[in-house]
Amino acid sequence: MRHIISILLENESGALSRVAGLFSARGYNIQSLTVAPTEDPSLSRITLVTSGTDDIVEQITKQLNKLVDVVKVIDLSEAPHVERELLMIKVRATGKDREEMKRLADIFRGHIIDVTDSAYVVELTGTSNKLDSFIAAIDPALILETVRSGVSGIGRGDRMLKV
Amino acid sequence: MSAAISGAEILVKCLQAENVDTIFGYPGGSVLHIYDELFKQDTIHHVLVRHEQAAVHAADAYSRSSQRVGVALVTSGPGLTNAVTGIATAYYDSIPLVVISGQVPTFYIGQDAFQESDAVGITRPCVKHNFLVKDVKDLAETVKKAFHIARSGRPGPVLIDIPKDVTAHRTEFTYPDTVNIRSYNPVVKGHQGQIKKAAHLLLEAKRPMIYSGGGVILSDAADPLTKLARYLGFPITNTLMGLGAYPATDKQFMGMPGMHGTYEANMAMQHCDVLLAIGARFDDRVIGNPEDFATHPRKIIHIDIDPSSISKRVKVDVPIVGNVPDVLEELMKQLEAIGSKPDAAVAQWWETIADWRGRNSLNYRKNPEKIMPQAVVEKLWEVTKGDAFVTSDVGQHQMFAAQYYKFDKPRRWINSGGLGTMGVGLPYAMGVRYANPGATVACVTGEASIQMCIQELSTCKQYNVPVKIINLNNGYLGMVRQWQEMFYENRYSHSYMSSLPDFMKLAEAYGHVGMRIERPEDVGPALELAFSDKHKNDLVFMDFIIDPTANVFPMVSAGKGLSDMVLAEDHL
Repeated sequence: MRHIISILLENESGALSRVAGLFSARGYNIQSLTVAPTEDPSLSRITLVTSGTDDIVEQITKQLNKLVDVVKVIDLSEAPHVERELLMIKVRATGKDREEMKRLADIFRGHIIDVTDSAYVVELTGTSNKLDSFIAAIDPALILETVRSGVSGIGRGDRMLKV
Repeated sequence: MSAAISGAEILVKCLQAENVDTIFGYPGGSVLHIYDELFKQDTIHHVLVRHEQAAVHAADAYSRSSQRVGVALVTSGPGLTNAVTGIATAYYDSIPLVVISGQVPTFYIGQDAFQESDAVGITRPCVKHNFLVKDVKDLAETVKKAFHIARSGRPGPVLIDIPKDVTAHRTEFTYPDTVNIRSYNPVVKGHQGQIKKAAHLLLEAKRPMIYSGGGVILSDAADPLTKLARYLGFPITNTLMGLGAYPATDKQFMGMPGMHGTYEANMAMQHCDVLLAIGARFDDRVIGNPEDFATHPRKIIHIDIDPSSISKRVKVDVPIVGNVPDVLEELMKQLEAIGSKPDAAVAQWWETIADWRGRNSLNYRKNPEKIMPQAVVEKLWEVTKGDAFVTSDVGQHQMFAAQYYKFDKPRRWINSGGLGTMGVGLPYAMGVRYANPGATVACVTGEASIQMCIQELSTCKQYNVPVKIINLNNGYLGMVRQWQEMFYENRYSHSYMSSLPDFMKLAEAYGHVGMRIERPEDVGPALELAFSDKHKNDLVFMDFIIDPTANVFPMVSAGKGLSDMVLAEDHL
C-alpha cells in the first residue's frame, strides 16, 4: 500500500539525513521525498511517499517520532487529503510535433514555460498518476529530459500538521 | 555580568554542573584545550584508558551499575572511530551516555584535515541523538540538552562533537536550569484505561507469566516489579538484560528465557494465557521464531516507554506506553482497588511449572578430571555470597554467568546484550568499580574476549582498580565452536586459537596477580584466595583451564520456536 507521510522537523543541518538514514537502516523504501522550510523558518516539512503493510507504516511513523529533530508526523493518506506533484518535461518540438505538443499540453492543462526552435519545456502539476499519464501520452522518442518534484500533500479541511 | 571564558572551560563547568565525578578518556590534538581545563580542576576525576573503545565501555558500565549518566571524552578522527563500538554497544542496550569528541576547527571541516572524521555522520545510526557545536554560544545549552536526552525517555548515548576553535572561543557562561525541546517530550504516565484493562486481565488469568526486561533495570523499577509479582504470586522470568530485577533465588523466579533460557521459563512463555511484558522487546534471542511464538494463543500486555517497541515483532493486546515504575505503581493501585485475588486455577499452573522444573534443565555434565565452566560460576556465586557486580564479555562464558550466577539485585549483572560486543568485560569492570567504589567486581570472560581489550590491565594498574578476572579458558571461540559442532558437522573453521599467551605471566607483566587453575579441586580455593582480604587491593587474573567441550544448554536454535529446546540431558 502506498502511504504519504508528512513530517514536520527542525530546520537544522543533519535533520534530513536522520530521516533518510532511518529509512535505509531499517529497510523501508522511499518512493519520493520533498523538503522545504515552512512559513516558520525554524521548521521544515517533508512529504515522503513510501509503501508497506499497515504494520510497517505504523513502525515507520513510530520510528520517525523517536527522532529528536522530528516535531510531528502524520500519515496523510489515511484521511482525506490533496496531493500534487510538479513535472517539467523537455520535449522535441519541431515540424508537426510542435503543434501536437502544444495541443497535448493544453489537454492536460500544462504550461509551456520555455520555447526554443527545437524544444519546449512543459510544466504540469497534478497527482502522480496524472503526470504518469501525460508522460505516457507523449511519443517516447520526443522526450528529451524529465524532472519531477516528488509529491507534496496537505490534509483537507480542519486536518492540520502544525506546531 | 560575568567575564567571558573559553569553550573548554565552559564544557568543564557544564560537566561539574551535571555532578559528573568521573570521565573516561584519551587526549589528542583536538581536545587539548579541554584537557588543559581538566588539569586545572579537581572535582572531575579523569581516567586515562589505553584505547578509546574502552573509555566508552567504562563510561557505559559506570552508568549501568549506577543510575547516573556515563561520560567519555575522545579526540577527533581515530579517537572517535575507536569509540564507535562503545557507542553502538550502549545504544543497543539503551544506556545513557554523553560522549564528547573533539573535532578539527570549524574552518577546516570538510577539507580532509588531519584527524578529521564526520563524527556526526558516522555515529548517527548508533546514537539517540548527536550534536555538532559550531558556536561557543550554543555549547552550554547543547550539553544541557545532551544530558537530558541521554537520561530521559528510553535512554541512550548522545554524542557532542566540538571543533577545537569552539573550545578556544570565549563567551559568558550560564548553565540553563531547565531544558525545553519542542520536538522531544517522552511520555511518563501510562493510559489509565489500559492499565485498568491490564489489571482485570491479570486477575482473570489462569496461566499467567511475567516477562521483564532491561527496561525495568534502566528505570529503577525492581522494587515495584517485585512488589507486583509477589502480590499476584505469578511466575516471573527476567531476560538477559533484566537479570536481578526480580531476585533469582526466589521461588517465583523461573530463570532466564530465550535461546539459552531454562526449560520452565520458555515453556511458560509459550503456554501461558496472559503474558505481562515489562520493559522488554520480544527480541529474537528471547522469543525465537516470532511466527511460532504467535501460534500459541495468549493475551499480551506490554508496558514500555518506547512506543516503537510495542507491536514491533509480536502483536500485543494491551499496549501501555509509559515509564515502567509509574505504570507499575498505577497497576498496583488498580489491583488493590479491585481487591479480588488472582484466579484459583493459577495453583494448577504452578503444578505444571513444577513438572517442567523437574527436568532440571541447568543440570550439566560433571567431569572429575576437567574444570567445568558452570561449576566455576557456581563457586563464584558462593564465594562472593551472590553479592558481587559481575561483568562479562560475549560468548559461552556470558551465558554460563547469566545462567548460574543468581542475581538478586538490579544493576549487578553488566553485559552487552543487544550488540553482543566481545571485549567489554574488563572495561566494564573498571566502570563498575568507579561508580561503586569498594565494591566486589568480577569479570567473567573467555580467553578470546579478554584479548580484545586486554590493554586495560595497564589502566587498572595505574589507578589501582582491583577487579577479579575469571578467565574461562577453553582455547576456542566457545560459542562459535558450539555452533560449528551443532550445525556444521564439527568443522571448526577458525575457532581455535593456538599460541595463547601465558595469562598468569601476562597479568604479572602488567603488575597484577596471576593464577592458573587446572584442576577441579583447585577452583574453590583459588576463588577464595582471590576474593580474600589478602588480595583486596589487587587485580587478580584467574586463568581457569576448562573442559573445551562444554556447551551451553538448554539451547533453542536460531529461527526455531521457543519450545524446540535442545537440553543438556540429551548430551550427558
